[in-house]
Amino acid sequence: MENFEPEIVAFCCHYCAYTAADMAGSKRISYPSNVKIIRVPCTGKVDAIHLMKALEKGADGVYVAGCLAGDCHFKNGNVRAEARVNRVKKILTELGWEPERVAMVNMSAGMGEYFAQTAREFTETIRKLGPGPGKFAGTNDKAAS
Amino acid sequence: MITAEQKPIPEIIQYIAPYGKILLVGCNECVTVCAAGGRKEVGLLASALHLNSMKQGKTIDIKEITLERQCDPEYVEELTPYIDGVDAVVSMACGCGVQTIAGRYKKTPVFPAVNTRFMGASLGQGVWAERCKGCGDCVLGITGGICPVARCSKHLFNGPCGGTSNGQCEIDPDVDCAWRLIWERLKELGMEDRYEDLMNAKDWRPGGAGGPGKIIREDLA
Repeated sequence: MENFEPEIVAFCCHYCAYTAADMAGSKRISYPSNVKIIRVPCTGKVDAIHLMKALEKGADGVYVAGCLAGDCHFKNGNVRAEARVNRVKKILTELGWEPERVAMVNMSAGMGEYFAQTAREFTETIRKLGPGPGKFAGTNDKAAS
Repeated sequence: MITAEQKPIPEIIQYIAPYGKILLVGCNECVTVCAAGGRKEVGLLASALHLNSMKQGKTIDIKEITLERQCDPEYVEELTPYIDGVDAVVSMACGCGVQTIAGRYKKTPVFPAVNTRFMGASLGQGVWAERCKGCGDCVLGITGGICPVARCSKHLFNGPCGGTSNGQCEIDPDVDCAWRLIWERLKELGMEDRYEDLMNAKDWRPGGAGGPGKIIREDLA
């Protein structure tokens, strides 16, 4: 536990958060290497199953980073993503896992500093929560399917 | 279509607690359309059950499969190669699907993962509303295409009750009074005289009151 380094998956929208991550890089703002970014064309593409499978396969925390409210390139993908994140939070609560392991954040393409701050804060939140579901099992290297 | 909603996960967990190998079966028909038991929901529930077993420090073996239709024996037969290798089946289809599997595989317990709700139509993304009770003697032809059986809270046949208020039903101000809708529709169609036709007491036998329903088509059976 003392040496626990969380593994975090961040689903980042191509039009905002991914560009914000780029911006953080160009401005030499560092953020924890714990965060692994998956670029998506829109956070509306992120389904509950993606968040659940990430946790199942070993991620300790997962967040979805989409455009600011009202700024979605595809109109309302970020709103849909937030609803899905909330659904996964409910499922995790039902299962006795911490709902804080999944989160939705919003930012614009210019918010490089905020991207780094979010990555730092989320990493710390997960560090405090400890290892996620996937770390508790040698069980799940795919059951049957 | 038949609509359904997933059961609370703790209830499903309780059903399968004694078992280690589960066959989780979805259905590509109605429950896929109402996002309760299609391939995606099968994946999501399997994932949730895995996360639960991780919490318990246990191992669970889940085989995921989604059939074209769970209420037809031809498709259910596709489970045969897997059935002997599992301890229990969890079905995400409506009650018809669960029972078709239970009828075919006598030695394997089958548990439902959804609650079958009603025959409904989609009102928009993620919203479904009851539109048919399967009463077995359709009256839509004389009620302007709006069903008083499914949409009137009291299933009344000859106009609204005293509980209608500003065109809404007394059980909930968000529920339209079916007879208000019927009257408006008949007016639009210029068929107001239909409203005066009295409907006789309904024979509920074809709709379930006569025992389990069955259709036999001599030309097909």
